[in-house]
Amino acid sequence: MPQFDPSSFSSQAFWLIVMFVVLYLLMSKIALPRIAEVLEERQDKIDDDLAKAEKLKTEAEQVLAEYEKAIADARSSATAALKEAAAEMAAEAAKREEAFGVELAGKISEAEGRIATARNEALQNLTVVATEVTAAATDRLIGAKLDDATVRKAVDDAMGDPS
Amino acid sequence: MAAGEKHSPVDQFKVTSLSGEPTSFGGIDVSFTNSSAAMLVTVLTITLFLVFSMRGRALIPGRWQSCAEICYEIVANMLRDNVGSEGRKYFPFVFTIFMFVLFGNFIGLIPGSFTFTSHIIVTFIMAAVIFVGVTVIGFARHGLGYFRMFFPHGAPAWTAVILVPIELVSYLSRPVSLSVRLFANMVVGHVLLKVIAGFVIALGFFGIVPLAFLVGITALEFLVAALQAYIFTILTCIYLHDAIHMH
Repeated sequence: MPQFDPSSFSSQAFWLIVMFVVLYLLMSKIALPRIAEVLEERQDKIDDDLAKAEKLKTEAEQVLAEYEKAIADARSSATAALKEAAAEMAAEAAKREEAFGVELAGKISEAEGRIATARNEALQNLTVVATEVTAAATDRLIGAKLDDATVRKAVDDAMGDPS
Repeated sequence: MAAGEKHSPVDQFKVTSLSGEPTSFGGIDVSFTNSSAAMLVTVLTITLFLVFSMRGRALIPGRWQSCAEICYEIVANMLRDNVGSEGRKYFPFVFTIFMFVLFGNFIGLIPGSFTFTSHIIVTFIMAAVIFVGVTVIGFARHGLGYFRMFFPHGAPAWTAVILVPIELVSYLSRPVSLSVRLFANMVVGHVLLKVIAGFVIALGFFGIVPLAFLVGITALEFLVAALQAYIFTILTCIYLHDAIHMH
């Protein structure tokens, strides 16, 4: 076999070392840095995109949180406004009711005053009428003409104290 | 067939000076032979392949760029898995070994070309460089502690009598097994191809049967070419691991 013929060993060894060293230099200085650079660039790009996506996601979550907060705020302020309006209306109604009550009480007492006056007047007239009736009745029944003062006294006695 | 006959299956391994006569340099024969030419073609092919396929520097690689990146990543992963991050500085060397053997094997499969990895001197020099390099790295990192390589940690002391010689022999046989494995695989494959090709001619019309067989063997040889390059490289990585981490 030619593999075991030592005469070709030196040239094969020489060219192997030359070629291998040349290839090593070409690989380590030119080819490998280029491939490494491209792979690194790609990895960087992927990492970058992932970071960007992560950032956008965080931003979106923030916006969502803000939106939810705004809605909650609006809801609570609406509730507060509603409560306030209800309280205001209740206060107004109470005030009006009170005023009406006062007015009503005034009218009632005025009316009561008028009624009392009218009653007094009526009682007064009743005394006069009763006196006249009594004078006329005594005149007709027993024919005695009594003077007004006597009749009056008798009527007053019979009716009790009018006032 | 006798060795002197014209179409011997081992004729394909004959190293001949391309200029027809030997060239000497300082008394040593350094003729540019068919073996040297195959090496040159291998170096040029690898360089052109890697440089031109990466020329686009595309973010999304095309076919050629993918091939170059796959070669890079196969070796990078092999080195990372077997050696770890300390292996990074040996990456260019391991990558050069892998590409040189892989493309040498492939180019040798082209009919009429020469397979320089089928020569024991070539595979042995590569294996010896790896062996010496790994041993130097081992002693540089661990000093005399590297001798503990030859005695498994935790074994009873008296077993040293048996274990140390065994470990020593297995360590020293590394360059032999590494080089002979590649050399033998290449020689056997190529001899087989030649022998069967001889049958194709000899059988005339019925030569179609060995021809079909030949097609299958050729496909198998491509597998062997890639596999042997892979094995050669992964063993280099494992030896590096042993030198750096000691088992």
